Amino acid sequence: MPIPTPFHPRTSEFCTSLQWKEWAGYYAIRSFDVHFDREYYAFRHAAGMIDVTPLYKYDVRGPDATAYLNRIVVRNIAKLKQNQVAYLCWCDDDGKVIDDGTVTRFEEDYYRVTSTDPDFHWFLRHMRGFDVTVENITDEVAALSVQGPNSRDVLRDVCDADMDKLKFFRTTKTRVDGGIDARISRTGYTGDLGYEIWVKNDDALGLWDALMAAGEPHGLVPAGLDAMDVTRIEAGFILNGIDYFNALHSLIERRKASPYELSLGWAVHLKRDPFIGQEALRHIKKDGPPRLFVGLDIDWPSFERLFAKHGLPPEVHSGGWRTGVPIYDSGGNFIGQATSGAWSPLLKKNLALATVQAEHGHIGNTVHLEVTVEYERKTVPATIVPKPFFDPERMKA
Amino acid sequence: MAAKYDAIVIGGGHNGLVCAAYLAKAGRKTLVLEGRHVLGGAAVTEEVYPGFKYSVFSYVVSLFRPHIIRELNLAQHGLQLIPLECSFTPHLEGPGLVRWSEAARTRREIARLSPRDAEIQPAFSLAMTKMAFLIKNIIDNPVPDPTSLDPRELKRLADFGNHFLKLDADSFHLHSQLLTMSAVDFLSLWFESEILMAPMSVSGIIGTFLGVRSPGTAYVLLHHYMGEIDGAFRSWGFSRGGTGGLSLACARAAESLGAQIRTEAPVSHLRVQNGRTTGVVLENGDEIEARTVFSSLDPNRTFLRLVGEQHLDEEFTNQIKRYKLRGSSGKVNLALDRIPEFTCRPGIGPHLMGDLAIAPNIDYLERAYDQAKYGDFSERPYINAVFPSLVDPSVAPPGKHVMSCFVQYAPYHIKEGPEFWPQRREAFGEAVIDTLEQYAPGLRDCILHKQVLTPWDMEQMVGLSEGNIFQGELSLEQLLFQRPAPGWARYRTPIRDLWMCGSGAHPGGGIMGSPGELAAKYALQTRGV
Ligand SMILES: Cc1cc2nc3c(=O)[nH]c(=O)nc-3n(C[C@H](O)[C@H](O)[C@H](O)COP(=O)(O)OP(=O)(O)OC[C@H]3O[C@@H](n4cnc5c(N)ncnc54)[C@H](O)[C@@H]3O)c2cc1C
Repeated sequence: MPIPTPFHPRTSEFCTSLQWKEWAGYYAIRSFDVHFDREYYAFRHAAGMIDVTPLYKYDVRGPDATAYLNRIVVRNIAKLKQNQVAYLCWCDDDGKVIDDGTVTRFEEDYYRVTSTDPDFHWFLRHMRGFDVTVENITDEVAALSVQGPNSRDVLRDVCDADMDKLKFFRTTKTRVDGGIDARISRTGYTGDLGYEIWVKNDDALGLWDALMAAGEPHGLVPAGLDAMDVTRIEAGFILNGIDYFNALHSLIERRKASPYELSLGWAVHLKRDPFIGQEALRHIKKDGPPRLFVGLDIDWPSFERLFAKHGLPPEVHSGGWRTGVPIYDSGGNFIGQATSGAWSPLLKKNLALATVQAEHGHIGNTVHLEVTVEYERKTVPATIVPKPFFDPERMKA
Repeated sequence: MAAKYDAIVIGGGHNGLVCAAYLAKAGRKTLVLEGRHVLGGAAVTEEVYPGFKYSVFSYVVSLFRPHIIRELNLAQHGLQLIPLECSFTPHLEGPGLVRWSEAARTRREIARLSPRDAEIQPAFSLAMTKMAFLIKNIIDNPVPDPTSLDPRELKRLADFGNHFLKLDADSFHLHSQLLTMSAVDFLSLWFESEILMAPMSVSGIIGTFLGVRSPGTAYVLLHHYMGEIDGAFRSWGFSRGGTGGLSLACARAAESLGAQIRTEAPVSHLRVQNGRTTGVVLENGDEIEARTVFSSLDPNRTFLRLVGEQHLDEEFTNQIKRYKLRGSSGKVNLALDRIPEFTCRPGIGPHLMGDLAIAPNIDYLERAYDQAKYGDFSERPYINAVFPSLVDPSVAPPGKHVMSCFVQYAPYHIKEGPEFWPQRREAFGEAVIDTLEQYAPGLRDCILHKQVLTPWDMEQMVGLSEGNIFQGELSLEQLLFQRPAPGWARYRTPIRDLWMCGSGAHPGGGIMGSPGELAAKYALQTRGV
């Protein structure tokens, strides 16, 4: 049975739809209203606030913290400055991705790792020979993510950090509402301007109340996972367990993917001290990845026509979908799968994230996606386009 | 003489900008000339009072075509449309009526008025969706030319007719009813509650000088069902930053594609030689040469002022003179210190995040029209108001609000004569605020600043002749093959190389982008530019 997060008394009060789901063992809200779109629009035009406590969080401390983490993750975090955050992944010996997440360097010898899967065991397994401690603080630290163009205004009004100086993928200590010690990082999963705020569990409700009060004039709205899922697809972000599978959980090779197959090749720093998977990754890089993770723009006029044949208006999922569908080349051969997608109300485009054989994965190529129209299986052309689909300047500005 | 262009677009309203973007996208050297200091025309945001951004004229976006957003990448250029949550009709007695985007909630609201009406809604929506399918085809394509003998035209005409022939008998009758009936009569085929029908019927009269009981007003109701079938999935929305935000996104898209845009460059007249235009002359005397000119101004202004009767034959001139403008609406924009509570539904809640209609019953609306028929503004008008700042805080300082009130009827031709509007402006504004005060006492005390716009002001400010908000009434005889004049519905004009691309062209007014898009595409396709 899932357990409530420290924000539960507030989230449950606002959740008029009673739409909950399980997220990493916690109760999480799918959408506060019956329709998630008010929350989605808030993320894009004002600000939305989502409880992200269920993310796994591990604190790594000690003189060898840098060397230790560098042994595990694919990216060279020795380059991280204090209060800088890095997005990255970690692999098994075969160079296949276990999980993706962030590493934040709070102090010279103090890091925090976030992950989608419970990977504590993996971090513990590689401690031998390093002078470090690894602590699982998942259940002790609560987190809210405030995302959207007005998120900076909200935080500026409620904390003492200099929000205008806090750059993209940086973090700072701050005091919220004059009394709550918190850390703010300029990160998120929406591909927009946004922040994540971390506090001790005991301060969770105080943080919620302070943010809601400060957020009112800036249009801040509590938001759920359904809204965030559409924004993460617009941003082209992968999701472990949906768009790829943790190598440690995969029974068959086909399900495993290297960072190069997940558009994460940029995060792999090969030329450095040994790290897990390094040798295998060298080879994969040299040979070129067999598959690529791509963005698809599903041709809307063709899609409309399929429905019009039945006299129907086009029907799209309300919100993101994550039931994989096959992709074919123009000859009808299977070349990959779309693993998640959404109608983007903002772009007025029907989007999908997909893995396809490398020779079909170049930008501008047309592939054919299976769709079901009036119970019949059809295909609809889709163009491979650059990710992110939506890339507002304000995210990094 | 200045640089030579492939195309000059007169008017930097959203249609002119969309048109320019498509022309530039096709590689045409394009220049937009806007008379005012700001872009947007009737879709404009201006900081009339410091810190408060008014959507000065149009205030909600309904029909803007999603494929234009896709094709011009408008979201990446800053366009954001936020759907309206609900439609609130306050009443002097009882709790008022809110129609929510959530069907079950609306059903409960309507059941208080009529349990029967509450459940008929799905059937009504179904019928309207079928009809809206037809309209979609009409809106997204240039109209075929019924007088042409060109086989391609005949095929297009046949296709067009086929849409109607394919209708089942019920739908065919429905369509005939839509064409001929009044909004109220048409709605009465389904509903019994006048209180419910009142706010529904007004969409049939917006921008026309007709009443909800005037025949022909049913047709426009359909437009409300369009959004659901074309991938917009919720018809009415705010544009982030006001409706000018939409125009600016169009402008950025046009510029990124290579178009040039000049503001404060009013065009005085067209250069016309031997029945063909060769460019424009600005009011400051500058001449700009171009191979083609696209006018997004209304037909009256384009032909009778910029071209001049001397270049047109008499029959065409008469048609343009007969083209009905007859503006009938005004606008009141308010900067508010706080939002007043409505007596019938206290509190500042989600019911104020959509639009709000002062349309308590059908007689109220008809009475408002009666007064206008005889040359007065309505003392108790139909008002459609929104508080965009509740949803999009970027348009007001934190905690403060803007209120945008669209008002009908304010006839251009008041009995004293239109030029007397400036003297009646204050009284008109007061009538609007008095009316609202009845439903939200205390509103007056919340007002920090007000901007009152009469049809006369609209004509002066953005050149909408007779203040018609749609550059010509959206009445049936002025739509389709006949907009702006019979035989000239496809963007071409009797002056060679002069094209029409604004709301005065098919498919008409509203923030749609279609006239601009279709004019550009059609001209490109027929090698007109
Ligand atoms: C008060 C009001 C409320 C409305 N409300 C809504 C609404 O809520 N929703 C909706 O969808 N529609 C609404 N409309 C209608 C909609 O705004 C218009 O149909 C649409 O904006 C017209 O766009 P356009 O580009 O065709 O023309 P315009 O916006 O009229 O653009 C014409 C442009 O030409 C410029 N111009 C004029 N003369 C010259 C010259 N000689 N030289 C150079 N430039 C010149 C003008 O300044 C203007 O910028 C409203 C209109 C008004 C007036």
